[in-house]
Amino acid sequence: MAADSAFAAAPAGRLARLGRQLLGQRKAVFGLAVVLAFVLAALFAPWLAPYPPTEQNFADAMQGPSAAHWLGTDSFGQDIYSRLLYGARSALWVGFASVALGLAGGVALGLLAGLRGGRSEWALMRVVDGLLAFPELIMAMAFMAIFGLGLSNVVYALGLSFVGPFARMVRADVLQVKSRPYVEAARLMGVPERDIVARHILPNIASPILIQAGMRVSIAILLGSGLSFLGLGVVPPTPDWGLMISEGRGFITMAPWMSGVPGLALALLLVGLNLFAEGLRDALDPRLRKD
Amino acid sequence: MGKKLLAALGQTLLVLLVVSVVSFGFLKLAPGDPVALMLGSDYSRESYDKLYADLGLDRPLPAQYLQWLGRFVQGDWGTSYVSHQDIFQQAVLQALPVTLALAALSLALALAVGIPLGVLAAVRRNSWLDMAASAVAVGGNAFPSFYLGVVLIWIFGVSLGWFPTMGFVAPWQDLGAGLWHLALPAVTLGAWYVGLIAAVTRSSLLEVLEQPYMAAARARGEPGWRVIWVHGMRNVLMPLVTVIGLQLGGMLRGAVMTEVVFTLPGLGMMITSAVQGREYIVVQAGIMITALLFIVVNFLVDQTYAVLDPRLRQHGR
Repeated sequence: MAADSAFAAAPAGRLARLGRQLLGQRKAVFGLAVVLAFVLAALFAPWLAPYPPTEQNFADAMQGPSAAHWLGTDSFGQDIYSRLLYGARSALWVGFASVALGLAGGVALGLLAGLRGGRSEWALMRVVDGLLAFPELIMAMAFMAIFGLGLSNVVYALGLSFVGPFARMVRADVLQVKSRPYVEAARLMGVPERDIVARHILPNIASPILIQAGMRVSIAILLGSGLSFLGLGVVPPTPDWGLMISEGRGFITMAPWMSGVPGLALALLLVGLNLFAEGLRDALDPRLRKD
Repeated sequence: MGKKLLAALGQTLLVLLVVSVVSFGFLKLAPGDPVALMLGSDYSRESYDKLYADLGLDRPLPAQYLQWLGRFVQGDWGTSYVSHQDIFQQAVLQALPVTLALAALSLALALAVGIPLGVLAAVRRNSWLDMAASAVAVGGNAFPSFYLGVVLIWIFGVSLGWFPTMGFVAPWQDLGAGLWHLALPAVTLGAWYVGLIAAVTRSSLLEVLEQPYMAAARARGEPGWRVIWVHGMRNVLMPLVTVIGLQLGGMLRGAVMTEVVFTLPGLGMMITSAVQGREYIVVQAGIMITALLFIVVNFLVDQTYAVLDPRLRQHGR
């Protein structure tokens, strides 16, 4: 499913066109705006947050939204607005870092399998099939069980669980591209294998990879906060949305904002990411565009 | 067909082999000393050595693997250190049916809402209904199921008191009470699917609507509902099955979260509390069983294609 078209032009013109196509869609622009807002909140959290995210003040515990605490406080008297801003950091970091990690592993494995062919490809793909049989969340839970809790382990766990899906997709794309006439021609001309991969194969499988990666980021964020919700992600008092929802769930009748604020923030970020990813897909691969 | 099925089975067996090696590796990688865990705090050197040998831990890894696999296949999955319960019993006979019941009810609910929604959206294309359906699709897909569960508990469980907020009653023992207990969890898990099913139904029905045979059916004077639901839906089934198969991971992910939110004693709850309690042997059982479930359902989905699409049946390769 490699789209030659989007990446055939020179890099600068290609990027500009991609940008134009993205900005031409209302959906994608809205998604991008939402994601950018969260990125800015995460970047400038130290300046925007009125309180340190883990400052406990039991005298002010479980207060509703007020001038002093815009989004209220939780059961430890921590300022929810401040925790929300810092929580955006961990959510975005988990999303992008784990996808990058899974991408690195998956592209390497997929390229190897797709280019090699023969027995080593067969063996490699059976291993990937085996890995794919473990649902991402279960695999991540098993990883956390062995290696312990913490933000970096969440990233590693999710990254590992994404290797399989990326590897399978990259291999399928490589198989398609490698039999194209221009690759054969390059090979016959004696272009070294490394250059064939770098100049002819990778650019032509970049679009589908990017589309998949875009879709995965929101899954990664959902899984990451889910792990924390289950108590298998980051450790308290780290400001993390999943953890905040989990802590607020016991106080839902008394202080619905405790879980509501992080819950709605998470939903909004995921909607933004999904819309942007859909826009990216439509811009990169016109054939997939819906009516 | 027979040969194809055999090849598919062979492929599946290989995957199972990889799965079993990974699961075995998990237990070997798990921190802590299983012998000390099983014996508790007070034990002698002799009893330690005896159990160590009984468990086969003095043998080389491949031999340990084979021993473990042999026992696993026979249903001898060990005993929980905490509850002293047989793990096979706990995982397969107690937890699995709960997860399956939850998944089946959620899927049924999602299909019952999603398909009509998708059909309406396709028939009244670009109307407010169509817009609403696609908004449901985007929102439902993004709304984290664990937070949705918390909200549903708050509104329908605590404030209105219509539904129980936790616990499980087996629907096969008491249908009414079972469904009543599963209602909120099924809505939580099913909501995620509704949008997806509606979107797939809509787009594949739109494609079919332009086909000449649909116009022909109309020209013959068949009633509108018949044209859509009989001639049209036939072609929606295939993409629907594909999506359901592809989203199995999402379903399991959602089921784990939903079970924990509603404290349903299913597989997700079992694995979560086992990880928290460092009961690696139970975690391993959970990993194995979800992987098996995944493989079986994928296999069934692949086989369903042949039933749904006659074109795939003819090639007897």
